[in-house]
Amino acid sequence: MNSAKERLVNGIVKENPTFVLMLGMCPTLAVTTSAINGLGMGLTTMVVLALSNVFISLLRNIIPDKVRIPAFIVIIASFVTMVELLLQGFIPFLYDALGIYIPLIVVNCIILGRAEAYAYKNPVIPSLFDGIGMGLGFSAALTCIGAVRELLGAGEIFGVHIMPESFVPVSIFIMAPGAFFVLATLTAIQNKVKIAGERKGKDMSKIQSGCNSDCMNCSDSGCTHRLYDEKTGEGGNK
Amino acid sequence: MLKELLVILIASSLVNNVVLSQFLGLCPFLGVSKKTETATGMGVAVIFVITLASAVAGAIYQFILLPFDIAYLQTIVFILVIAALVQFVEMFLKKYIPGLYQSLGVYLPLITTNCAVLGVALTNVQKNYGILTGVVNGFATAVGFTISIIILAGIREKLTYNDIPESFRGMPIVLVTAGLMAIAFCGFSGLL
Repeated sequence: MNSAKERLVNGIVKENPTFVLMLGMCPTLAVTTSAINGLGMGLTTMVVLALSNVFISLLRNIIPDKVRIPAFIVIIASFVTMVELLLQGFIPFLYDALGIYIPLIVVNCIILGRAEAYAYKNPVIPSLFDGIGMGLGFSAALTCIGAVRELLGAGEIFGVHIMPESFVPVSIFIMAPGAFFVLATLTAIQNKVKIAGERKGKDMSKIQSGCNSDCMNCSDSGCTHRLYDEKTGEGGNK
Repeated sequence: MLKELLVILIASSLVNNVVLSQFLGLCPFLGVSKKTETATGMGVAVIFVITLASAVAGAIYQFILLPFDIAYLQTIVFILVIAALVQFVEMFLKKYIPGLYQSLGVYLPLITTNCAVLGVALTNVQKNYGILTGVVNGFATAVGFTISIIILAGIREKLTYNDIPESFRGMPIVLVTAGLMAIAFCGFSGLL
C-alpha cells in the first residue's frame, strides 16, 4: 500500500494537486505564462516538497504535536531558501522568470498539506516518493496550463513555433486575465466530470471544485483540514 | 519624495493590483467574496495586517538582517514574524479593543498564511524600499486588494440571480468574472 510506485501514481493521477485537489493556485496562475516557466516552477516545488517530506518524516517522532505547524514552516522555509540560492547561482534565467514566486513556495498549501497529511505519519521512503509524486503531478499540471497559454497567446510551445503563419496570437492569454479564463475553463471541465460521475453513482467526493468555502479552512492551517480528514483512515498506519 | 510615494500608492493599488495582476491572496479573494459585508471586513483586516507587517518586516530587515549580514534568511524570518504578529494582534485586540476584535477577529487567522502578506514584505526588500516607502507600498497593495474583493463581492451578489450553465456554476463563473475584472484593471496601466 505504501509502495513507491503507488505513491507516485497517487500524486500524479489520483490526487493530482492541481487538477483534483485544487491546491496551490497562486503559483499555478502566476507563473504559467509559458510551458518552460510552468515546468521550472513545478520542478522547483517538487525538490522542496521531496526534501521537506523526507526531513519532516525523519523528525516526526521528535517534533511535539502542539508546535508541529511552526516547525514544518521553518523546515520548508529553510529548503526554499536553499533552493532559491541554488537557482540564483546555477539557473539564473529561471530565477529571473519566477522572481518573487520562488520564496512564496513557502506558503504553497501543497507542501504544508503533504507534511501534515502524509510525511508526519509515515516512514521516510514512502514520504520521499509521496513528495516526488505530488511534485511531478504539480509539474505536469503547470506545464499543461503553461503550454495552453503559450500556444494560444504566442503560438509557441517551449519556444518552438507551432501555429501556422496565419494564426494571430491572442496575447491576452499570456497576460493576467488569460490565467483566470484558462483556470475557469479547467474548473468547468472538472465540474462536468464530477457531475457526470455523480449521475452514474460514482463517489466523486475526492474531487474539489475550486477553493469555494474550503478556503476558510485552507488559509488557517494550510489546507490541512481537507487532506487530513480524507486521509486519516489511510495515513494512520505508522 | 512625496511624488514618489504617490506614484507607489497608485501603482500598487490600481496598476499592479495584487490579486488581479499578481495573483497573490487569491484564496481569500475567491473564498470570502460571497457577500459585500464579509468582503469589506476581510479587506479592512488585510489593510491592517499588511500595513503593520510591512512596517515590522521592514524594520527587522533594516536593523537586524542587514547589519548582521544575514539577509539570505529573509524568507524564514519574515514568515515567522508575520505568523507571530498576527497571533499577537489577535490577542491584543481581544483584550483591549473587543469591539474591533468582534468585527475583524474571524478574519485574522485566515490572513496568517495569506501569500499577499509575505509577498509584500519580499517585494519591499526586492525593490530596496526603505521602511516608510515599504509601509506606503504595503498599505496601497492592501487597498488594491480591498477594492477588488469588494467589487467581486458586489458582482457575485448579482450573479446568484442569473441562469448559469451547469458546469460553470460555482467557482468557474467567479473566475471568469475575475478575468473580466483583470481586463478592466489593465486599463489603469496608462495612468503612470
